[in-house]
Amino acid sequence: MQKNVRRHFMSYCVNKEYLCMCRRSDPQEEEKVAPILQVQNLQHIYSAGTPFEHIALQDVSFSVERGEFIGVIGHTGSGKSTLMQHLNGLLKPTSGSILLDGEDIWSDKKLTRQSRFRVGLVFQYPEYQLFEETVYKDIAFGPKNMGLSKEEIDRRVREAAGFVGITDEQLEVSPFDLSGGQKRRVAIAGVIAMEPEVLILDEPTAGLDPVGREGILANIESYRKAKNATIMMVSHSMSDVARLAQRLLVMSDAHLAMDGTPQEVFARAQELLDMGLDIPEITRVFLKLQQLGLPVEQVYTIEQATQQLCRLRGEVSNA
Amino acid sequence: MLKDITLGQYFPGNSPVHRLDPRTKLIMLVVYIVALFCADGWIAYGIMFAFLAMTIAVSQIPVKAIVRGMKPLVFILIFTGILNLFFTAGETVLVSFWVITITLEGLVRAIFMVVRILLLISATFLLTYTTSPIALTDGLESLLGPLKKLRLPVHELSMMMCIALRFIPTLIEETDKIMSAQKARGADFESGNLMQRVKALVPILVPLFISAFRRADELATAMECRCYQGGDGRTKMKLLRYKLRDFKAFGIGVALLAAVFTLKSFGL
Repeated sequence: MQKNVRRHFMSYCVNKEYLCMCRRSDPQEEEKVAPILQVQNLQHIYSAGTPFEHIALQDVSFSVERGEFIGVIGHTGSGKSTLMQHLNGLLKPTSGSILLDGEDIWSDKKLTRQSRFRVGLVFQYPEYQLFEETVYKDIAFGPKNMGLSKEEIDRRVREAAGFVGITDEQLEVSPFDLSGGQKRRVAIAGVIAMEPEVLILDEPTAGLDPVGREGILANIESYRKAKNATIMMVSHSMSDVARLAQRLLVMSDAHLAMDGTPQEVFARAQELLDMGLDIPEITRVFLKLQQLGLPVEQVYTIEQATQQLCRLRGEVSNA
Repeated sequence: MLKDITLGQYFPGNSPVHRLDPRTKLIMLVVYIVALFCADGWIAYGIMFAFLAMTIAVSQIPVKAIVRGMKPLVFILIFTGILNLFFTAGETVLVSFWVITITLEGLVRAIFMVVRILLLISATFLLTYTTSPIALTDGLESLLGPLKKLRLPVHELSMMMCIALRFIPTLIEETDKIMSAQKARGADFESGNLMQRVKALVPILVPLFISAFRRADELATAMECRCYQGGDGRTKMKLLRYKLRDFKAFGIGVALLAAVFTLKSFGL
């Protein structure tokens, strides 16, 4: 009996804390509060002091606002994944700091653990981390670690499952009986269920078919809209990031090489190509058209391309 | 943390030790171990130490790497040392209080045992550091070849060993990745009592086993696709042949054994 009372009290406290967190991310107050994440002069060296020493990040600084959708691109080994693992305190910076809501996540042990819940990180091929007997239990793993009440966990699991399109019947089956795409959704739901303010995804669509890719990208976008969450997505698909992201971070050789809107970044197409990166196919086509002397502007999405072509056709038919 | 495990790691190189036939190195390791267990007395241990130090110097393996490999064994070393220190009967008592007596014989014995284990492990590390897993299993298969007559599946055993060695680093990397992923979901491996800590391992072990089985399955398919059918009629790309340097090594091995036995017979 006593135990029960205490549990209820605990869950009440947690819920209250949760409410506070919600209020802080109120869109009306958005302008007044500090950026949700600030990365300052981040440096990370693997195996420091040994012959295998390797600088993975060097002097990386940027800040992230609430509700932003940020695409992170870069060559393999450019430090993207290392950077992502710093943002939720999985890796400790060699020097520099990560501020979450203005507080250094390494200043206090509790804060570091809290940051794991507030900044959700979905690893590459997240379906390989499933382990529970049922989909429900696996999605509940994160919220359970947060110490939430049973009712709250249940609400979050069902809501997260809804975001990624997992049905109620599927919640009761073993995650290992699902298809590859569904497993991936379950794994993403496992992170979404913690209701992180920042959701980081490392190549969430790698190895999926086009339908699966679109589905997952739509799920991510709907989570962002519903919770005013910040999304950071690492991707090798330039057309995906060009379409979805409002801002792009380009990593190259352990440095943050570019930081700007897709328009600004893809305007430097040649530099991207020199870094060994790709540009959206449509940008490549239009670059070629420009070289051929057609009066078109840089584009990076299909819609822009259509506009440009329509305008061009209008000019031709008018002439 | 997990990256510190160096078991079976190979340091590529081109030193005379690297170039030795893997069979020679295996035989030399056995010779060394036999000599080590027969060695008795300061001079014999001195010779054994000098031999190993020389080989390490020739192999150009950083001493640091060998020392690092010892880390997981510290407990066993301390345990052996203490056991021998306290429980060796002897005449010259150094310290004596309550039920504990430390004798000079015990002290000497403890030092010898610890040094013996250290030398043994270093020599084994030297073998795995200078020999690629494939060469090692090839050598083992060839040395165990005669046992095929007794219907022992020598080829299969060596293939299994080869695969196991090959996958140690892969599995370590995988464990690291799964741990990070579960930590990102708030899993806590560092606090709680023993029971809680054991339970906390479930989210790591289940995915790890699943991925190990998946890998095994994929590997089996890939091997079958390349018509692998066991050892019968299988030829080797790198044939093992003893060269002059191998016979030189054997010579040194015989000299080492002879030296240790001579010292033993003189009671030194």
